[in-house]
Amino acid sequence: MVLYLKEFKIKWGMVIDLDRCTGCGACMVACQAENNIAPPVDASNKRYSLTWLLVYQLSNKQPYPNHDVAYMPRPCLQCGKPNCVPVCPVIATDKNQEGGIVSQVNARCIGCRYCMAACPYHARYFNWHDPVWPEGMEKTLTPDVSTRPRGVVEKCLFCHHRYMAARDKARIEDRDPNALAEGDYIPACVEMCPTGAMVFGDLENPEHKVHKLSKSPYAFRLLERLNTKPQVYYYSKREWVRKQGDNYLEHETVGGV
Amino acid sequence: MSDKELWPEGVQRCSLKLFIAWLAVIFAVLAWGVYAAYVVWSGGLIVTGMDNYFAFGLYIIFDLAVIALGAGAFFSGLLYYLIRVEGLKNIINLAVIIGFICYSGALLILTLEVGQPLRAWFGFWHPNVHSMLTEVIFCITVYMLVLTIEFIPIILENRKLNKIKFLHHMAHNFHVIMPLFAGVGAFLSFFHQGSLGGMYGVLFSRPYAFREGFFIWPWTFFLFILSAVASGPGFTMLVATLMEKMTGRKLVDFSVKALMGKISGTMLAIYLVFKYLDTWAWATGILPRSGLTFSEVFYGVAYGKWLLFSELIVCGLFPAILLLNAKTRNTPWILYSACTLVGIGVIINRYVQTAQTLAHPVMPFDRWYVYMPTWAEWAPSLAIIAYGALILSLAYRYLPVFPQERKLNQA
Ligand code: SF4
Ligand code: SF4
Repeated sequence: MVLYLKEFKIKWGMVIDLDRCTGCGACMVACQAENNIAPPVDASNKRYSLTWLLVYQLSNKQPYPNHDVAYMPRPCLQCGKPNCVPVCPVIATDKNQEGGIVSQVNARCIGCRYCMAACPYHARYFNWHDPVWPEGMEKTLTPDVSTRPRGVVEKCLFCHHRYMAARDKARIEDRDPNALAEGDYIPACVEMCPTGAMVFGDLENPEHKVHKLSKSPYAFRLLERLNTKPQVYYYSKREWVRKQGDNYLEHETVGGV
Repeated sequence: MSDKELWPEGVQRCSLKLFIAWLAVIFAVLAWGVYAAYVVWSGGLIVTGMDNYFAFGLYIIFDLAVIALGAGAFFSGLLYYLIRVEGLKNIINLAVIIGFICYSGALLILTLEVGQPLRAWFGFWHPNVHSMLTEVIFCITVYMLVLTIEFIPIILENRKLNKIKFLHHMAHNFHVIMPLFAGVGAFLSFFHQGSLGGMYGVLFSRPYAFREGFFIWPWTFFLFILSAVASGPGFTMLVATLMEKMTGRKLVDFSVKALMGKISGTMLAIYLVFKYLDTWAWATGILPRSGLTFSEVFYGVAYGKWLLFSELIVCGLFPAILLLNAKTRNTPWILYSACTLVGIGVIINRYVQTAQTLAHPVMPFDRWYVYMPTWAEWAPSLAIIAYGALILSLAYRYLPVFPQERKLNQA
């Protein structure tokens, strides 16, 4: 069993400002539309839904007037040390490409769901139904994203097809596809966020905003102490929000500030 | 009409009519399970109680439990063929048959479990050597083959088949090489029982299941092996006893049963030492490091502390004492009760490792959910039990499973 941390020269990542996120859900809708996620057959039980990006509601659990909430969008965190990758028996999921995005090959996945058991963030979703689009809606499908059959696991890939397109564009324009500028490649959720709470870029590139933001004392990663090393950072000036990013025992102080 | 010529020599069996009536009951349960399988394959896993939180459910719990209980096959084989514990000769056939049933049954259930059953062979074709599940897939399949090879000579010893010269020789030759297969079986079993435990132990982001490593294995690897060899022999003995009660005939001498109980008790005691150490290290090391307290990882009745208490004390320490003490071990009802408790203990262990691990909210703002299996999960599980009953009934009626039967029933 190898629990490895692979290092990449480029590390695509996000910093999500939880003080700006209003929980409007535009990112979720954008994600569903961009990635050809079919409308649910029956939406009454959310535990069968496919929501690659899910907005959680956090509460400080104080009574009014001190009550405060925050909204936390959660894509696949593209862990630096993903628990989902080493467990997959057929290498249907892997972290092996420059950029550090954890891939998911639908055509190889056998649907054993071991990766779902491994991911602590519930970022992986099983296809409980074959996808069906209401008549006419199939015209809105994204041509670059394959649809997934029943019985396989899927997850957020940071709109990997957009990354490919950005690289192609750079090649055509005679630029280095391995040195994309900020804004050349952004996932659908980030593009759609009306408050600008989501920032996307190369965490390793000092010229990208995410690089600096991720180093802020207000930045934190979900369940930091489990050492999964996500490529998604959250940002909040509110201490209680940062505190809910991980399980802290009573006597422990929060990391950062 | 009678099928008497097919019975083993010198034994008594119930009338063919009664036997067929019994088979009808078995087939009714089997048919229900087959129908459930059809529903799962045609409608998908949505008909089960599993969901995005519970990636694993009753299918996996059932598989883990029967594979642990089926460990009597490899462990008795190891003790009999390689370490030469002679007393086991009288129950080894039964142990092999139970092992065969448990493993083939588990594989049948697994075909329902995977979302893409037609791709299940990818496990061999694109194996990920880092995955514990890959190890499980390889070892279980190969061990299933070994069990089949071990079962064949028992079948060939059927009175009619054995008259055919070729088959007679074949059975004999199989017997000669059996120690080799017992060795291979023990090796394979050791690894897949371990890998099943390892599957949970490596979930480093699930603090309920995660365990530290011993070389490349998390120590759940070894705990699963030990708990399986503690419960397997006792289970084999209980099945023999159940068959005695149902047929009204004595099949194995009580001394053999007590020996199986002693083996179970000894292994259980060894297991418990490590299990207690493990629980302590987990509660005082892994949990606080993940920011959790001991109380936080338990919830309600479905995931309550009572499970841990039952597993470690009522189904652990208590039967271990009863089985290690010669006086209590030699009292039939105490022996049977103690072995039943050991079996229940291993089932609880496999349940909590699976369901509780997944139910426990790792993110602070997440919540507990309770997993409830549906009929589409119960039916195939019951069908596997019926399938086991079918094989055992046929084997008991037509094959010489119990070498002592004739002697024990002489009036
Ligand atoms: S968030 Fe979950 S699915 Fe995504 S890389 Fe991490 S462990 Fe894997
Ligand atoms: S469900 Fe698919 S991706 Fe996940 S571990 Fe199984 S085969 Fe791999």
